[in-house]
Amino acid sequence: MLEIRELKKSFEQPGGGRLPILDIETLSLAAGEQTVLIGQSGGGKTTLLHLIAGLLTPDSGSIKIGGTDITRLSESGRDRFRAAMTGYVFQTFNLLPGFTALENVRLGMSFASGKHQPERALALLDRVGLAERAHYRPGQLSVGQQQRVAIARSLASRPKLLLADEPTANVDPASSQTVINLIRDTCGEDNITLLLVTHSMELASQFDRVERLETINRLYVAPGTGDAAARI
Amino acid sequence: MSLLQIAWRNFRYRKVSSLLTTFSLALGVALVVLVLAIYGIITDAFRGNSAVSYNLVVGPKGDPLQLTLNSVYYLSQPIQNLPYTDLMEFFSAKQRAEAVRLYGGSQALGEKGGKYSRFVADGVVIPLALGDYVDQYRIVGTTPDFFEKLQHGPEVDKPFTFRDGRNFQIFSEENGYFEAVLGSRVAANLKMKVGDIFYPTHGDPEGKGHRDAFRVVGVLDPTGTPNDRAAFVNLEGFYLMEGHANPVDKYPEDMVDGEAPSGVDPDGNEIRPLSIPEREVTAILVRSGGLWGAQLMNMINEGKDAQAAAPVGEIHKLLSQIVGPLLTALIVITLITCVVAAMSILVGIYNSMNDRRRDIAVMRALGARRDAVTAIILLESLLIAIIGSIAGWLLAHAAIWIASPFIEDHTGVWAGFFKVSKYEFLVLPLVLLLAMLAGLLPATVAYRTDVSRNLAA
Repeated sequence: MLEIRELKKSFEQPGGGRLPILDIETLSLAAGEQTVLIGQSGGGKTTLLHLIAGLLTPDSGSIKIGGTDITRLSESGRDRFRAAMTGYVFQTFNLLPGFTALENVRLGMSFASGKHQPERALALLDRVGLAERAHYRPGQLSVGQQQRVAIARSLASRPKLLLADEPTANVDPASSQTVINLIRDTCGEDNITLLLVTHSMELASQFDRVERLETINRLYVAPGTGDAAARI
Repeated sequence: MSLLQIAWRNFRYRKVSSLLTTFSLALGVALVVLVLAIYGIITDAFRGNSAVSYNLVVGPKGDPLQLTLNSVYYLSQPIQNLPYTDLMEFFSAKQRAEAVRLYGGSQALGEKGGKYSRFVADGVVIPLALGDYVDQYRIVGTTPDFFEKLQHGPEVDKPFTFRDGRNFQIFSEENGYFEAVLGSRVAANLKMKVGDIFYPTHGDPEGKGHRDAFRVVGVLDPTGTPNDRAAFVNLEGFYLMEGHANPVDKYPEDMVDGEAPSGVDPDGNEIRPLSIPEREVTAILVRSGGLWGAQLMNMINEGKDAQAAAPVGEIHKLLSQIVGPLLTALIVITLITCVVAAMSILVGIYNSMNDRRRDIAVMRALGARRDAVTAIILLESLLIAIIGSIAGWLLAHAAIWIASPFIEDHTGVWAGFFKVSKYEFLVLPLVLLLAMLAGLLPATVAYRTDVSRNLAA
């Protein structure tokens, strides 16, 4: 489902020059596979997710999702592809504050053409246990509820790949497991490939496959063993 | 959700900011609509009423515009007067002989036709005598022909009709020569009705009051013309008022006395209509027969005492020379106001862009293309423009509607809530265009929003 080859990404530095962030030889996820990616804070996990989502473009390399190399798509092509194929759960939920829970979910399907289905949005909210809060605004929901709405929104366009960026980082421990279960269960039911980023070992231990960014990123240099400037 | 629904959500979410911006725009649009409506009222008042059922106004030499203003619109001061014999130049020999017989004068006057009579054989000639007032309203001394032979309305095809009573008569048994007809606005504002009497004042509204009372015998239906704001009195009665007779040093040798019936003055003395040498007219409304208008006008203007003016031409000149530049100034003010109003949209939306960047990034992450988020911002700008324009239009027209009795009173122009100047139709497209331009800057910010950075922020 997801195949990354020779992926490199660097950012321009304010003082000039470029700071290399990622250099990944290969990373593959099978369809329906649930994988957790762990790594240190600031290690490039979010950058990798943004590259897979097509929000950033790599310096080189390829990212194939369902056989389509998104690095070869135009920006609008990536936008369309993202709307149709990829769901994204953010660490900070990123619900639009002016929109109700239902509207936030509908927004998730608005940008994928021909996917205006209010009844499906309501069904998704029902699936995450928030049908009765459909017309609440984010500010009227608890943190855990907000993340559940965000999960419902990420599934709205029936994605084939769900990217979850530390989805429990801002959720209280009691809700954290609920959120993870919800993500895993819905992905399992819909055969959605899941790539979940976290720095929690406890959370990672629940997954069959755990990838360490430090392992797959060739730029990583263990502390005290190399040039810190070259490190991520 | 459609992009419009998303834009509307954004509008509602930032409702205080959105409403303030919209209100600011509405005030701008209201100002523009008011300015245009006032211009429309001014032009309607002049252009609309320049469509009269006569093609020439004849008066003493002087400014033709002044002659038009005082005899068509009852504005400005009369220039001077013309001797009655100038009016008789429009009479046929038979009419002149009849005038001499009735009022008295040189017998020779009745022996030949007037030099302009052939031009008006199938036309209309109506004398006006101005100079007196009832309260603030002009008194127009004229003949019953004014209401019998003239028409009004945009197509000049509506006869004058009476809400109450009838036309005045040259002489009646009950009122002698002192009958009057009131314009609708005069009757309403002075609370006068058929049967009431009034005493004209001389020269200006605060002038000396005449002793001679006119009895109201008719009240006109509203016409939307300056005639609504005038009181029409029988010309013979007008002449008989104290001080209205032209002093005559020497009567003609072939003077004959008139045979018109006698009336009574306020002291009960018998009075007869003034003789022709004692009579003057302020202006003469002329509808020439056939296509003689231009030739008649030239002939009169070539003479040494009188002038003829075409009301339509004079008003056209007034509008193009005075009101035209005024319109240009108003259009400039309007454009500036619209630009300022559009700037309020720009400032309102632009100031909120910092808060929106994350929302835009989220929408982009959900698959929105750059042009979609750009369109959302532009739609929001358009929503503000549309709501602000409608609110501004309603505000302006409510103000016009509230002021309409005052406007109608002073201009004769009806200005109801839904009376729309053609220029107003330009305001909405203009504001929408400017709103689009104003929305471009924040929309560009939205277009350029760095999704990855704003999601990570």
